[in-house]
Amino acid sequence: MACINPDGTLTPSAKAMLSAVSSPAPLEEVAKSTGLPLFRIRSSIREMLEAGLVEEKEGKYAVTKLGREKIEGGKDDQTKTNL
Amino acid sequence: MEEKVAAETKEVVSLPRLGERAPAFEAVTTQGPVRLEDFKGSWLVLFSHPADFTPVCTTEFMGFAEIHPELKKRGVELLGLSVDSVSSHIAWVRNIEEKMGVEIPFPVIADLDKKVATLYGMIHPGESKTETSRCVFVIDPEGIMRAMIYYPLTTGRNMQEILRLIDALQTTDKHKVATPANWKPGEAVIVPPPNTQEMAEERLKEGYECKDWYFCKKKL
Repeated sequence: MACINPDGTLTPSAKAMLSAVSSPAPLEEVAKSTGLPLFRIRSSIREMLEAGLVEEKEGKYAVTKLGREKIEGGKDDQTKTNL
Repeated sequence: MEEKVAAETKEVVSLPRLGERAPAFEAVTTQGPVRLEDFKGSWLVLFSHPADFTPVCTTEFMGFAEIHPELKKRGVELLGLSVDSVSSHIAWVRNIEEKMGVEIPFPVIADLDKKVATLYGMIHPGESKTETSRCVFVIDPEGIMRAMIYYPLTTGRNMQEILRLIDALQTTDKHKVATPANWKPGEAVIVPPPNTQEMAEERLKEGYECKDWYFCKKKL
């Protein structure tokens, strides 16, 4: 998976995308705010939809509770790594 | 009889055709899985190279990386492909960055099962049964195949020609004109020939640079 590391943590680009959908946004907006090409947003969001990290409503995408937990978990992991 | 037909059918290799929808695919790349439909709304240059860690391909990858900013300005994405694993691609891309100082910004398809290569007729057994030739497919934002270039294994591609081709196609779409031999942006373009005698008469009065009624150019 391109968005989720083998240990279950998120890749930096996945975190950036999830942050960009903290409030519902269309994919074009996610591409603009992350600076990533639209094709990568489409493929990654598709992957995160399947993983339940993102949900879609009327063409807009938003992070789910599980997605938020993953971002928070990532922060904890980073803190541990830094220690 | 049926067996004979089946055997003959096996030999038929599919090639995409200009003006038709580019074959859909889903593939593993160095930037994660992608589908052709993910590129909808952008132009796409899909290109193949024979193999990772080979000298001509390395010069080409550096060439594609060099024109990448120019392609981006034109709304074009790049997507490479060869019959190698994603680990091999990652190692090669890292090697190019380390040894040549060139970052490869575009994804590269790991087409180990030759699925995409077969769909796009990238393998030419007369040259190699296992490697993809140096193919370039220009696909427009609607997913239509607009141009194809096939180069042999021995000959590296001309990056400026790929840029020129994109410029010509985009100029054609925007202004409904054609472009003459060796055309470059800023030069006069060809006005489509008239379809009727009346239009041919009118054409000569329209202020174009005309050699004859069927051969008129104009500046954009």
